Amino acid sequence: MIINHPLLGPRDAAEFVYLGDAGLIDRPDWQADDAAQAFHDYMYLRDNPAGLHRELWFHEQGDRSWLVVTRNTVTHEITNVELARDVAIAQGRGQ
Amino acid sequence: MRYSGFRVIKEALTGHKGWTPAWRDASPQADYDYVIIGGGGHGLAAAYYLAAQFGGKRIAVLEKGWIGGGNVGRNTTIIRSNYMLDGNEPFYEFSLKLWEGLEQELNYNAMVSQRGILNLVHSDAQRDGARRRGNAMILNGSDAELLDTEGVRKLYPFLNFDNARFPIKGGLLHRRGGTVRHDAVAWGYARGADQLGVDIIQNCEVTGFRIENGKVKGVETSRGYIGAKKVASSVAGSSSRVMSLAGLRLPIESHVLQAFVSEGLKPTIPGVITFGAGHFYCSQSDKGGLVFGGDIDGYNSYAQRGNLPVVEDVVESGVALIPALGRVRLLRGWGGIMDMSMDGTPFIDRTPIDGLYFNGGWCYGGFKATPAAGWCLAHLLATDTPHETATAYRLDRFRTGHIVDEKGQGAQPNLH
Ligand SMILES: Cc1cc2nc3c(=O)[nH]c(=O)nc-3n(C[C@H](O)[C@H](O)[C@H](O)COP(=O)(O)OP(=O)(O)OC[C@H]3O[C@@H](n4cnc5c(N)ncnc54)[C@H](O)[C@@H]3O)c2cc1C
Repeated sequence: MIINHPLLGPRDAAEFVYLGDAGLIDRPDWQADDAAQAFHDYMYLRDNPAGLHRELWFHEQGDRSWLVVTRNTVTHEITNVELARDVAIAQGRGQ
Repeated sequence: MRYSGFRVIKEALTGHKGWTPAWRDASPQADYDYVIIGGGGHGLAAAYYLAAQFGGKRIAVLEKGWIGGGNVGRNTTIIRSNYMLDGNEPFYEFSLKLWEGLEQELNYNAMVSQRGILNLVHSDAQRDGARRRGNAMILNGSDAELLDTEGVRKLYPFLNFDNARFPIKGGLLHRRGGTVRHDAVAWGYARGADQLGVDIIQNCEVTGFRIENGKVKGVETSRGYIGAKKVASSVAGSSSRVMSLAGLRLPIESHVLQAFVSEGLKPTIPGVITFGAGHFYCSQSDKGGLVFGGDIDGYNSYAQRGNLPVVEDVVESGVALIPALGRVRLLRGWGGIMDMSMDGTPFIDRTPIDGLYFNGGWCYGGFKATPAAGWCLAHLLATDTPHETATAYRLDRFRTGHIVDEKGQGAQPNLH
């Protein structure tokens, strides 16, 4: 697989380390009343879809940035690559 | 029809005209007591034991393709009882004991071959780990022997003992471990179940559940609605897809695992060898091909095929351990979809929906579990209580904190 890095261009997926579902960006609020339940679901449950999947890849052998890659889990085709930083900021995180 | 040496000779002399199909190609009936989704090793074994051990009647196995087309026909056929943790080892020991009597029980040649598994160690720390694991195995009634370098050299003189980075310091030998002809396991259980009246229904994909007031009533399939008192899902890599039809989210990710086979060679590797410093394990099939594999590719996949970096990694590790492999030609490679759980341990449990049961999360190690997983799922379906060796395999264990993490990797499925 080739990941088209937004800053560096096409890179071999072997340069990256895989973390998992991009939902891991949405860390729950630890002070919320339902925090225990929310952290259980966040940590352990996955949609695990057959088809489009947004997922986190870390460019460990490169510029060490985190990416959100949209990839089809049935064909391995990659349709979109974003910097995780941009995705997180757009979601109102990291302020 | 019973199989025997006499029968083979008789058929040979009469032109092989007397063989009959090993199981009926059943059509679905309107309803059953038990519907098992997935005609892999586990689903077929569960149906067999449900009928043979627990007096179950009116049982159907629904398979979306053909039986044995999933992981049961794609794995590297290794069976072993060499786990360490209390929640696991009694279960795998139970499974190995069932393997030991399987062919007599099923009257079917599954080529169960207890040729021994050797886990190599390359450092003092790994040797300590192997000793500890070996002790845990022995305490649970399994067998283990710690070999030093010379002991390994006697068994496998052709290994690369003096590799500067990964010298071989010894190994943990599990003599009762070995290999089994994988498709024969599916066929043997199918034949056994069929003879006890189980309907094995192929080309029948489950597309939905009918659930009323929190209780399952039956399943929608590509061959129409089928009613059932109890439904069990045993679909390996498709677990999340099937259970999502019942509105459940699972602690599982699906990943692809590859395996490879070489051209046929004369007998070279008598047992199973695993490299302790890289992702590589190898055995030799009775046809002569070296059967080997390594780690999962490491990203979510339903593709049943992997990518080149893992091929390269496996082959590199193989040549590092067995330099002679450099001259061997690779014949083919393939992939299967693994239901990787969050702690690397499976589930055999009820679900929040009444009458719906779940068997899955077997990661890359469910083949060796086939007899016991079938038995324990049958036990759960028949009695609504877990079998004594499967009490740790609960779906809610992440909520209660009773995780069973052999590798100590945490909730990172691609590292288990
Ligand atoms: C390359 C590779 C190597 C492996 N090596 C080993 C090994 O050496 N030792 C070991 O112990 N384990 C090994 N495994 C793991 C082992 O093969 C699996 O854990 C085990 O086979 C899973 O159980 P099963 O046989 O029931 O699965 P499967 O054979 O995959 O059965 C599941 C069935 O469910 C069917 N299904 C899916 N969705 C539906 C639906 N909606 N409706 C109806 N049917 C459906 C599928 O078609 C499939 O036939 C390996 C796996 C792979 C891929």
